[in-house]
Amino acid sequence: MSDAIDLLLNTSLWASVLRIATPLIFGVLGALLCERSGVLNLGIEGIMTMGAMSGWLVVYMGAPLLVGLIFAALCGAMMGLLHAILTVPLGLSQHVSGLGITLFASALAYYLYRLLVEVGDLPPTIEAFKPLDIPVLSDIPVLGPILFSQALPTYLALTAVAVMAYVLARTPLGLAIRMTGENPHAVEAQGLNPIRIRIGAVVVGSALMAVGGAFLTTTAFNSFFPGMVQGRGWICIALVVFASWRPGKALIGALLFAFFDAYQLRLQTAVEGVPYQLFLMAPYVLSIVALVLVARRAEVPAALMAPYRRGER
Amino acid sequence: MMRLERRTHVPLHLVAIAPLAAIFIALLLAAGLIAAAGVSPLTAYGEMLNGAFGSRLSIAEMLTRATPLIFTGLAAAVAFRARLWNIGGEGQFFVGALITAWIGHSLGVPGWIGIPILMLAGMAAGAALLAGPAFLRLRFGVDEVVTTLLLNFIVILFVGLMIEGPMRDPLAFGWPSSVPVDGEYHLPDLIPRTRLHIGLLVAIAAAGAVWLILARTVFGAETRAAGLNASAAAFAGVSLPQTIMGVALLSGALAGLAGSVEVMGVTAGVTTTMSPGFGYAGIVVAMLAALHPAGVVAAAVFVATVFVGADAMSRATGVPSFIADVIVALCLLTMIVALLFTTYRMRR
Repeated sequence: MSDAIDLLLNTSLWASVLRIATPLIFGVLGALLCERSGVLNLGIEGIMTMGAMSGWLVVYMGAPLLVGLIFAALCGAMMGLLHAILTVPLGLSQHVSGLGITLFASALAYYLYRLLVEVGDLPPTIEAFKPLDIPVLSDIPVLGPILFSQALPTYLALTAVAVMAYVLARTPLGLAIRMTGENPHAVEAQGLNPIRIRIGAVVVGSALMAVGGAFLTTTAFNSFFPGMVQGRGWICIALVVFASWRPGKALIGALLFAFFDAYQLRLQTAVEGVPYQLFLMAPYVLSIVALVLVARRAEVPAALMAPYRRGER
Repeated sequence: MMRLERRTHVPLHLVAIAPLAAIFIALLLAAGLIAAAGVSPLTAYGEMLNGAFGSRLSIAEMLTRATPLIFTGLAAAVAFRARLWNIGGEGQFFVGALITAWIGHSLGVPGWIGIPILMLAGMAAGAALLAGPAFLRLRFGVDEVVTTLLLNFIVILFVGLMIEGPMRDPLAFGWPSSVPVDGEYHLPDLIPRTRLHIGLLVAIAAAGAVWLILARTVFGAETRAAGLNASAAAFAGVSLPQTIMGVALLSGALAGLAGSVEVMGVTAGVTTTMSPGFGYAGIVVAMLAALHPAGVVAAAVFVATVFVGADAMSRATGVPSFIADVIVALCLLTMIVALLFTTYRMRR
């Protein structure tokens, strides 16, 4: 038991929290943007898989790491565009379309990986992002290694939270997006086009999700393998609800979640006699518990999942 | 500008053509990916047909694969009709399989009574697993899509825990497997010297039973009403919580039965790899069937053809067998578009 408490005082645990949270931050921001405009994007799990594969693939073929992230974002945006076309102008079930995108994007990612990459006994690897020590700040005891010795995508994720919070809360564009998620008819009355706003939000949101996936193959690991997203996308969908559709709270949710995940990983080795699967279940159980806790007072965007067709109520 | 206009009535021939058009377009799109692998799509599709229908053995193998898909397809169709988004078919399949192996290992009664008991046990386990998310939705308003999806991951880990621990088969080589069901409870073969078992007939009977329930009972009418317009149904006196819970129990039971029948008919023991995504593919089957129980049987045969055929095609041509998953996923996407055009039309 004292081992379990000792673990909490370990800086490496706290440093890994930000690292584990990074793909979740990208994913939850992407899902949040889609949902704020009124579109549920269950394609997230597949889009993250596609991002993980495509980002890794171009780096494997010789492109710089940053190009890998950009390419992943583009591939994610393409999948997002497909989901947007199906759900916004065509107004199809967002549930079914999203699941279809997840099945399609993951299958396509696996297919292309098998087709384009020679896999031997071990999956081929790339040179991944290295931790970037920020001068001076990273020398601060305890806090330095936890906050200022992360890889570049982690800093990008934190920046994205600030940008998303600012754009949604303080700009006309953000207002238009939020209004589209609450009352698209009112947006139309303002002379704006809710269809375009929704398509844009889903495309950009999906790009963010894909970057979250690419983090897995370009930073957390250095190779791609089937099943590696492991439900992180679904966890992001739960985190959006937990965060009441607010970027700041989404960051807190992702960090909290990552903390529990980092802690259970270390407990697995520290505590003997408990099957490791029980620890691995914890993140999923936790997501369900979080959903139940906030469900009653969730402020769901009023027009979420309601297709908008001009002249049809 | 083009716009969509709702049709005043849905022509029946369009509903019948929709899945065929969807499949055709999906195969056309996938042909591009096959060509990218340097193989002629016509050769590849020929190999696939041959792999699924070329011999008595391959037909039997395809129908063996279709059997669990009929059950999981029915599970998704029943739930989706009432707009209960049960995406947990995979988890329900596994709890059904697990409880069947657990009880069936040492039940000690003759097969004719033991097999129905084990099927009921699998159904109860699947129903219980979906009752949780249904309760959370009704009581707390928690979206069941996320809870059923997350439960899939929890259940797979639980299966791993059981087959490496309390239910481990000490005689199994290599990958961990659960103890097998007693030989008394192996489902009889349908075609001798193949893996095809009478579970296929059970699945077809289940499709008939579901069709009867949906078309001929008050519960079926309430299900449809709840799916079409929940508030209007409630106004008309349909108890939504009761209907949704009933749908959840039926849907979960069907997916649980899939696992139970798969264990008794094919695998005997439970492994974490025994399902190549039967639960998720069930969603595609249900959509291709336009949520109709009779259509589910046909759609399951199609999806099984793609999966079994792609394995054979992959061996013959070197095209990665993941093409099967791509085709099936594309079919889902093209089908929802095709269904849209049965109820809407394009207008300038």
